[in-house]
Amino acid sequence: MPTASRDIIVSNSLGLHARPAMQFVDTANQFRSKVTVSKGGDEPYQADGKSVMQMIILAATEGTSLKIHAVGEDAEIAVEKLAKLFEDKFGEE
Amino acid sequence: MKLKEFIVSEAIVPQITATDRNSALRELATALANAGALPLAAVDEVVDALIKREQNGSTGFGKGVAVPHVKHPKVKRIAGTIGRSAAGIDFAALDHQPVFTIFLLLSPENQPQQHLQAMNIVFSNLQKNIFRRFLRQSSTREAIVDLLDEADQRP
Repeated sequence: MPTASRDIIVSNSLGLHARPAMQFVDTANQFRSKVTVSKGGDEPYQADGKSVMQMIILAATEGTSLKIHAVGEDAEIAVEKLAKLFEDKFGEE
Repeated sequence: MKLKEFIVSEAIVPQITATDRNSALRELATALANAGALPLAAVDEVVDALIKREQNGSTGFGKGVAVPHVKHPKVKRIAGTIGRSAAGIDFAALDHQPVFTIFLLLSPENQPQQHLQAMNIVFSNLQKNIFRRFLRQSSTREAIVDLLDEADQRP
């Protein structure tokens, strides 16, 4: 099964709050791949990228490093689109 | 962060009388104001902001719980409360199911990190089946406060 992953840094000032978390999950659900988002550091956590609750539990503030990982036929394109959301700061500042 | 650091015990509403979303938001915001956690004069504005937030995307994240929240300039200190509805309330939830437990969270505008930490602790607990079930079964304020104490002791 193909896999893909990308390291990103949360760069919008409000962090990964509910709205961007939902936007991420909506995008992740457009793909068949299994998507996980993991956070290292003092409080490591791995979230199911298709669960809003788990994405909010990441509590990823501005500057947090996250790893997006996908497993499935469309893993590569999924990771690319999901990383793009962070690059675009979810349309925020 | 612990639940009891921002959940205002005196503002917990074990039996919500409202039967629709907007009235439930008002009932809980008013309870926070009556407990001194929000200026009474700010209730209208805060409720309007909460409703607007729900219209932009429901905070009914599924499994019978909703977490309406807003960052607002009239909120000086983070404050939250819990409301229970035995009959269930339509929150236009993601899973289209009624909401029985509402976690309302009000944050000041300028503390996004604290807001995310509070959301983190709320959702970490709501993820647990046993916490959701006990919360739904707790029909008195005392029972809910006990449950929060227990949750805070077992991270």
